[in-house]
Amino acid sequence: MYAPTFAAPQSVDEAVRMLGADGAKPLSGGTDLIVQLKSGRNRPAAVVDLKKIPGLVGVEETSDGFVIGAATAGAQLGEHAGLVAAYPGIVEGAELIGSTQVQGRASLAGNLCNASPAADSIPCLAAAGAIAVVVGPNGEREMKVSEVPAGPGRTNLAKGEFIKCFKLKKPTANSSDAYLRFIPRTEMDIAVVGAGVNITRDGSSGPIKSATVWLGAVAPTIVEVDASCIVGTSLDDAALAKLDAAAQSVCNPIDDKRGTVEYRTKVAGVLARRAATIAFKRAGER
Amino acid sequence: MNYLGKDVELKVVGTRPIRPDGVEKVIGRAAFGADFRVAGMIHGKVLRSPHAHARIKSIDTSKAEALKGVRAVITANDLPNIPSEEAFVGEGPANFRDMSLNTIARDKVLYDGHAVAAVAATSPSIAEEALRLIDVEYEVLPNVIDVEEAMKPDAPILHDDLFTQGVDPKPTKASNIAKRMEFKLGDSASAFSKADVIVERKYKTAPVHQAYIEPHACVVSYGADGQAQIWCSSQGQFMVRAYCAKLLGMDIADIRVFPLEIGGGFGGKTLVYLEPLALALSRKSGKPVKMTMSREEVFRGSGPTSGGAINVKIGATKNGRIVAAECEVMLQAGAFPGSPIGPALMTPFAMYDLSDVTIWGYDVVSNRPKVAAYRAPGAPVSTFATESAVDELAKQLDMDPLELRLINAAKDGTKAVYGPTLKDIGFVETLEAAKSSSHWNSPLGDAAPGKRRGRGMASGFWFNIGGESSGATYVNEDGTITVVSGNPDIGGSRASMGMMAAEVLGMDVKDVRTVVGDTTSVGFSFLTGGSRVTFATGMAVTQSAEMVRDELCKRAALLWEIPAEAVEWKDGKAYPAGENAGKFDPLTIADIAGKSARTGGPITGKASINAQGAGPGYATHICDLEVDEETGHTTVLRYTAIQDVGKAIHPSYVEGQLQGGAVQGIGWALNEEYVYTKDGRLDNAGFLDYRIPVASDLPMIETILVEVPNPRHPFGVKGVGEPPIVPPMAAVANAMENATGVRMSSLPMSPPRVRAALDASEG
Ligand SMILES: Cc1cc2nc3c(=O)[nH]c(=O)nc-3n(C[C@H](O)[C@H](O)[C@H](O)COP(=O)(O)OP(=O)(O)OC[C@H]3O[C@@H](n4cnc5c(N)ncnc54)[C@H](O)[C@@H]3O)c2cc1C
Repeated sequence: MYAPTFAAPQSVDEAVRMLGADGAKPLSGGTDLIVQLKSGRNRPAAVVDLKKIPGLVGVEETSDGFVIGAATAGAQLGEHAGLVAAYPGIVEGAELIGSTQVQGRASLAGNLCNASPAADSIPCLAAAGAIAVVVGPNGEREMKVSEVPAGPGRTNLAKGEFIKCFKLKKPTANSSDAYLRFIPRTEMDIAVVGAGVNITRDGSSGPIKSATVWLGAVAPTIVEVDASCIVGTSLDDAALAKLDAAAQSVCNPIDDKRGTVEYRTKVAGVLARRAATIAFKRAGER
Repeated sequence: MNYLGKDVELKVVGTRPIRPDGVEKVIGRAAFGADFRVAGMIHGKVLRSPHAHARIKSIDTSKAEALKGVRAVITANDLPNIPSEEAFVGEGPANFRDMSLNTIARDKVLYDGHAVAAVAATSPSIAEEALRLIDVEYEVLPNVIDVEEAMKPDAPILHDDLFTQGVDPKPTKASNIAKRMEFKLGDSASAFSKADVIVERKYKTAPVHQAYIEPHACVVSYGADGQAQIWCSSQGQFMVRAYCAKLLGMDIADIRVFPLEIGGGFGGKTLVYLEPLALALSRKSGKPVKMTMSREEVFRGSGPTSGGAINVKIGATKNGRIVAAECEVMLQAGAFPGSPIGPALMTPFAMYDLSDVTIWGYDVVSNRPKVAAYRAPGAPVSTFATESAVDELAKQLDMDPLELRLINAAKDGTKAVYGPTLKDIGFVETLEAAKSSSHWNSPLGDAAPGKRRGRGMASGFWFNIGGESSGATYVNEDGTITVVSGNPDIGGSRASMGMMAAEVLGMDVKDVRTVVGDTTSVGFSFLTGGSRVTFATGMAVTQSAEMVRDELCKRAALLWEIPAEAVEWKDGKAYPAGENAGKFDPLTIADIAGKSARTGGPITGKASINAQGAGPGYATHICDLEVDEETGHTTVLRYTAIQDVGKAIHPSYVEGQLQGGAVQGIGWALNEEYVYTKDGRLDNAGFLDYRIPVASDLPMIETILVEVPNPRHPFGVKGVGEPPIVPPMAAVANAMENATGVRMSSLPMSPPRVRAALDASEG
């Protein structure tokens, strides 16, 4: 009968050793893993809870920016005023995950390593250039968040590796972000399309100095949109139309129960425009 | 007797006391199906087919039987192979052989999720492990999911022995069309010549699940003496008893069913799924067996209601009088015959006074779960089509859709296409109430840029039923009252039963406790369905309370040593009737109950009736919505449900019925559908991707209760649970058309479909 072992190590080293065993899986909030374990979709031999390891839970504001423990729950991100002010898009993405109950557990690392292309917190993390600090049998390394997912349900982490924390740089003046997702209902749903936009403006009323746009749920992993078409603009209609087209051009979605190729592609353009509009406004207010 | 006149002063009926079953539910202590346990029980699980259509070549259970902790493994061979026998089941006809085969497949599996074997073991996880050890060899057959595909001559045939009924000559080739039915009034074909305007369109609806929150669950104990006890949540303890007896070949007297609290049914619990399997497992293992479905099993193995394809043609004169109407309904039954095709044909034109109507339809099998009843079964499907068409007609005639309905509205004396002449109906009253409602008279408001707003309305009809019902009223030693109802309470009926009894007895409702009896503690009652309980069982309970009241007067007379006629019952007490009767202090129920041993023993009233004269229900709904042009997302902004309810015994629960029906209808209109893979597997067997509305999707649903009493019920009750799910789909579609100019004729109007329709309309 299936019965996984469970352990909650107190240190990174201990966790790395345990995760080196065949069939061992890290656990953060468990809002994906436990559901999969119950349904039989994922049957790890060992479950290693990371939340007891110092530094894995919590948000730290440093002189360079933020360090977010990999297993920090979405609700805790939303309670950190500094993070909310600096990266409202990342926080709103994380806070869209599930419901109040799910929010008490669901983490960024779990969202990233469950490797669903529809993960809500990932487009804005990628747009912010967030770094994942990965630990494993060969020590510590840094990866861009956007490099972690390899495809649906697969990551580029090696055996025994896990994410310890995320690093976000201190945002420059007049920069902000926004995340929008489309779901048929108003909550408790999976993104049909998600768009994360990070924008820096040239002064509080100036044009866009730099922009990064990532889309979720329109390809096997999140994809980046070439946002050069809006740089130097103040998001006039022509710029928005170009962004819409650029977003549609990178889509490579599937037809499934949540949406058609045609629909996802069109809505990707819509959300890229709308999220950019919000991020642009926010950037001007900072 | 009745309590209808203007001069009758009602003290309890029509008030809003606190729900008697509320506290236990709110604090989470009420025992629903899955909460129940008995000592020594073991756990049953079902192995389900992964194929939409396949022949079962062999089932090897030996490895499962050998697993430690497994107490019994069953297949169809552990149940009798019963012959074909037609029965009237729940709210539609069915066949006991089909019911047995739906419970557990014998030679063929007919849908993804069809049960093929079951295991009972000492723990749920051992039972699950044992399921993995059962080897079933299948020969996969071609499948057909869609109703119109299933009707094609070259479609894969589900049943070799199914020949279309109701066609002449009797066919010799097996078909997926189980039956053709027709209702006809006048001569529609020639009446179309009188029409100035004709609208004609094809519509399609998706099958939808009842989506009750509580999955099916039961505990069953089969005794060594062959007597069985079943604790389960269902819409009818007597239904469970009857079906289990049939399916297991047992005597009815050997089965006792205890109804547990039910977490929603909506028609979906008018059948048995797990109980016969649990009986067979308990018989084989000698242990009580508990079974519960997972949500995935509920979606794959139970319900839903039919989807359909509907062709409508309506013709009217320039001044808006409908002169001819036709409707063809192709209704999907799931794997076995028995879609609600009858009601689907009876209802969609019953709002109108028409002289020339033809309506016909087909009951069609396909490789999906066998349909079960769902509030007003069949009516929402056909009425979506006809009420959309009436709206289109209004547009073509450039008339207000409400006025068009008023011109054509059915009234007392209107002959319905399915036979009866309607009486004591309140359809016009619902339209008038809509017309004067704050909703209809408020401006729609401006849409934000990129959004469009619209308002729509639609009406609906449900005939409601009566039927066999039992109720009892017992006077307890301390003067309190126990009322026993023969029907599971799925919508607040314990409250209304207690209120009717309290009204009759002139008591405070808090001194009346109502319970739902098990199959040995109250007389037979047909199941809770057809919006019949407050009408039919309410009538039985009222009669039983009247017997008690009359008996109380007799007992007082004995105590006072005066004739019974000289006692009068008022405000819960016996009084001497007038001066001549003598001078006595009034006697309370407690006084009389305390002395009942001296006057003839316990005081009890029992009534078992076959209630006739259910009053039909009419509903009119108004919907405001806003559509996001770019995403196709629809937000319902305001919604009002208006209904003739006869008499609302407890108005809050009646309003709750209207709100719930409207919400389920909005889900049906906007997002709910089954998604199948190419090989016929259900791809959205859960609430994540089967999208019923969540609270944040909806505005508060406003309600207006219209009360045109039904003179055939002591308090004027008409069934209220089903009419409110009939109008919403068309109300939403009509609002969508009003907002966008696009007529959405296919459900659900999900965002991708709305966006595609908007794109197509712009060319
Ligand atoms: C009801 C419900 C609603 C949901 N709604 C949404 C939604 O709206 N949007 C959305 O994006 N998701 C949603 N989810 C999915 C899920 O909640 C998120 O993906 C969440 O962020 C997962 O985080 P977790 O900490 O619970 O992950 P876990 O379940 O703990 O882990 C998920 C995966 O990541 C791995 N993992 C965990 N931590 C690490 C680590 N530090 N390093 C390496 N690998 C790790 C695990 O082994 C596992 O494979 C929903 C889930 C539920 C149950």
